[in-house]
Amino acid sequence: MSQTITRSEIRHGIGSSPTRPDGAAKAAGEYAFSSDLFPDEALFGVTLRSPHQHARIISIDTSKALAIAGVFAVVTADDVPGKATYGLIASDQPVFASDVVRYIGEPVAAVAAIDEETSRRACAAIVVVYEPLEPLVDAELACQEGAASIHPDGNIIRHQHVLHGDPTVKGDVVVEHEYVIGMQDQAFLGLEAAVAFPDEDGGGVDCHVATQWLHEDRAQVAACLGLAEESVRLTLGGVGGAFGGREDISLQVHVCLLALTCGKPVRMHYDRVESFLGHVHRHPAKIWMRHHATSDGRLVNIEARFLFDGGAYASTSSAVLVNAVTHTQGPYQCPNAVVEGIVVRTNNLPCGAMRGFGVVQACFAHEQQMDRLAEKCGLSPLELRRRNAMHTGDTLVTGQVVESVAPVTECIDNLAALPMPGSTVGTHSYLLPGGAGNTTRSDNVHRGVGWAFAIKNLMYSEGFDDFSSARCRLEDGRITLKFATAEVGQGFITIAAQIARTVLGIEAVDLDTIDTNVGSAGSTSASRQTWMSGGAVDAVCRVVRERIFEHHAAASGCNPLALAVEGTDLVDTTTSERTPIEEVVRGLTIDEEVVYRHRATVHLDERGQGNCHTAFAFVGHRAVVDVDVELGLVRVVEIATAQDVGRALNPLSVTGQIEGGIAQGLGLALMEEIIQEDGRIKNPSFTDYLIPTIADMPPVVAHLIEIPDPQAPLGAKGVGEPPTISSTPAIIAAINDAIVNATGSTQKIHRVPVRPLDIVEAAYGGTAD
Amino acid sequence: MNDDRDFMLTVNGTTVEIRGAAPGASLLSVLREHLGLTGAKGACEEGECGSCSVLVDDSLVCSCLVLAASAVHAHVTTIEGLTQSRDVQAAFVECGAVQCGFCTPGLIVAATDFLAQTSDPDPDDIREALAGNLCRCTGYGRIIEAVVSVARERRGAAT
Ligand code: FES
Ligand code: FES
Repeated sequence: MSQTITRSEIRHGIGSSPTRPDGAAKAAGEYAFSSDLFPDEALFGVTLRSPHQHARIISIDTSKALAIAGVFAVVTADDVPGKATYGLIASDQPVFASDVVRYIGEPVAAVAAIDEETSRRACAAIVVVYEPLEPLVDAELACQEGAASIHPDGNIIRHQHVLHGDPTVKGDVVVEHEYVIGMQDQAFLGLEAAVAFPDEDGGGVDCHVATQWLHEDRAQVAACLGLAEESVRLTLGGVGGAFGGREDISLQVHVCLLALTCGKPVRMHYDRVESFLGHVHRHPAKIWMRHHATSDGRLVNIEARFLFDGGAYASTSSAVLVNAVTHTQGPYQCPNAVVEGIVVRTNNLPCGAMRGFGVVQACFAHEQQMDRLAEKCGLSPLELRRRNAMHTGDTLVTGQVVESVAPVTECIDNLAALPMPGSTVGTHSYLLPGGAGNTTRSDNVHRGVGWAFAIKNLMYSEGFDDFSSARCRLEDGRITLKFATAEVGQGFITIAAQIARTVLGIEAVDLDTIDTNVGSAGSTSASRQTWMSGGAVDAVCRVVRERIFEHHAAASGCNPLALAVEGTDLVDTTTSERTPIEEVVRGLTIDEEVVYRHRATVHLDERGQGNCHTAFAFVGHRAVVDVDVELGLVRVVEIATAQDVGRALNPLSVTGQIEGGIAQGLGLALMEEIIQEDGRIKNPSFTDYLIPTIADMPPVVAHLIEIPDPQAPLGAKGVGEPPTISSTPAIIAAINDAIVNATGSTQKIHRVPVRPLDIVEAAYGGTAD
Repeated sequence: MNDDRDFMLTVNGTTVEIRGAAPGASLLSVLREHLGLTGAKGACEEGECGSCSVLVDDSLVCSCLVLAASAVHAHVTTIEGLTQSRDVQAAFVECGAVQCGFCTPGLIVAATDFLAQTSDPDPDDIREALAGNLCRCTGYGRIIEAVVSVARERRGAAT
């Protein structure tokens, strides 16, 4: 029955912060992560890994392992029925090494046995004879002409220049330096784990796995197993964080191959040590930059060279490098640039995606450069940045015009206007640098403030056909959404339901299993799922809404084009007549699937020119630190941020991404580094690889800049990566400031993570600068 | 058939027999693999992350560091049996303290233990108390918020 009534509101729609649909189960300990799956009769799979950095495999003898009671299968490269290699961009990584091993930890064989202990014993009984080869460990050597090649594809994974404008332009003021970024680990808490169930006839396999991209895993697994893609069915196992570290294959092929070989379900589960070996890391990098500016601080040219160590296999290295070189200028205007970027293979751990994807490294360098430039021009760090701030319509050094909303000036002004936090000296003792041990005397503590800003591309670049699919079913007055978007903790499942509620005016939204029984959603990475899968859910719900309008128009004789959803009502905009949607959809069943694509991008040309990116987000951070410069100890007192989010679909989730991302940026600034010695990780544990604890994390003051982006399906930009990017250089800038305040030294930190000795040397002279 | 390695454990108020556990098995692995209580998680298995937090005779421990067989005379309480954590669980969800959720059960056990000892913690007390529980997703801000809100609610209810 139609009636004219007051406006209705939809609960838990876009812009509100409903709780996560999986929240209660997670809090109660009832949510099943992929490591919580213990199917009856499942065997346990274990990987044998190379102890050598670079060696030829002479022979592999599995007979002793196979003779152990309880062992069902031992598989090596010889047992891989399909393609011998996999990889996200180039297929260059062997499922198991057959002739040569290229890093310590490379898989050589895998075993399935009745339990973990038996599997481990069997692994130890496999006899592999190696002939050690000279390892290539130095990225600089790897790219030299005549360097011994460690892979059939050569050492250089990608060499990309960006040449823009007149590269010979000189500035009145010139600053240059080299910066070093250490290898960071994603350190998700939920370790790699999967369970595979073979079909009875051995013709296919079901795999439950914690991943970022089900369909890409499926394509790679199917190729290696020699199966059709339809015969490999993947379901998302509960994912305990990802941050880029689950974009590549780790145990997927191994577990499926073991299950098919044994004809029994097999589960695999890495421990922390193996996790450090089993996934890619953030590229360690060496970046040299020379900035040219006018005497009043306007950038006129940037020269730069990036050298990234990709480790033994390519993973996403080439895309990481492109992100780095195309973000050389940061969120600033610059008419000229001459940039060279190289990413090489070495016999170190393979590197690939981690939150920020190449831009973390670039931003650390360009922001330290901007501080040096400000100092040399006699300007404050914020004033220098204000003079150079990028705006919508500016041209990047790739020749691409920034069409995204670009509120860089707003980010700067917002942070400039914030009050400073008070002194913490004399409150909790552990708030001092060095913590509760009272290591620091409070009169040695000096405060510093630093700022940093970033631009980050959103979604996939360089001509990649980037799309996401979503299905929406209306039945019995309820909506069911189905998509393959990997929920890794970020909260896509929450906003998907919010979008459906707002578009359709129906509160009852159910979420179907996340698996490969629907089109690909692409990867949960590149800050892309809010835009891409959010766009797909929005689009499919709009299609369903059209169908509802047609249905209502047919029944009531009104014009379907005049109908709109407002709150939980369907409104005829010509008469203002309202009908509750639940009445309209009674008895109606609609089922639609839609694929959403962002606009096309192109590959960079030889000169690094081209519209290679889709869209951009911007962010700024202000860090306040207390530093004991004698001991080189740092306490971060507060991080403030202004972030361009477009539109906050779920403000609480946005806050969670901001705070969590900043924690990872703080980790890179102060403590997180995988240290390799002769290719062996010296610190593959949470005892020695430190990630920030609750005691390390200061309060975060977050200001969201909400200017809906007209290009974005919902006006919303991705928010996951920006917090991780400029938080790191802001902290280092603050440490530099504290050093000046303490000793007057203007020497600066130029590597992350910063070590106590770096601070002491910068403060008291030495080799830090 | 009884093996002399079999032993009894009292978990969440129920005494059960553990058969065939590997010698030296941790309490964490026995809880998870023998009893199917997967609320306690393992992220480091060396006492650094707190994902495996449980109570043994009301003391907060990392179950990965406790020998299962050494807990025979004790009462073990896991997230599944920690009824006094209901409001803590609800607050974690409400406040946005749960993302991937892998750290969450351990943090809730630790926070519940802490809140039993403290009625009016400030954020810095919470930082000090929960420093043994790592979370890689949230940056901890919402976790502090959740703990503060439980303390506030409980004080309100007590007056
Ligand atoms: S698993 Fe026990 S402390 Fe990490
Ligand atoms: S919510 Fe993912 S580790 Fe804490």
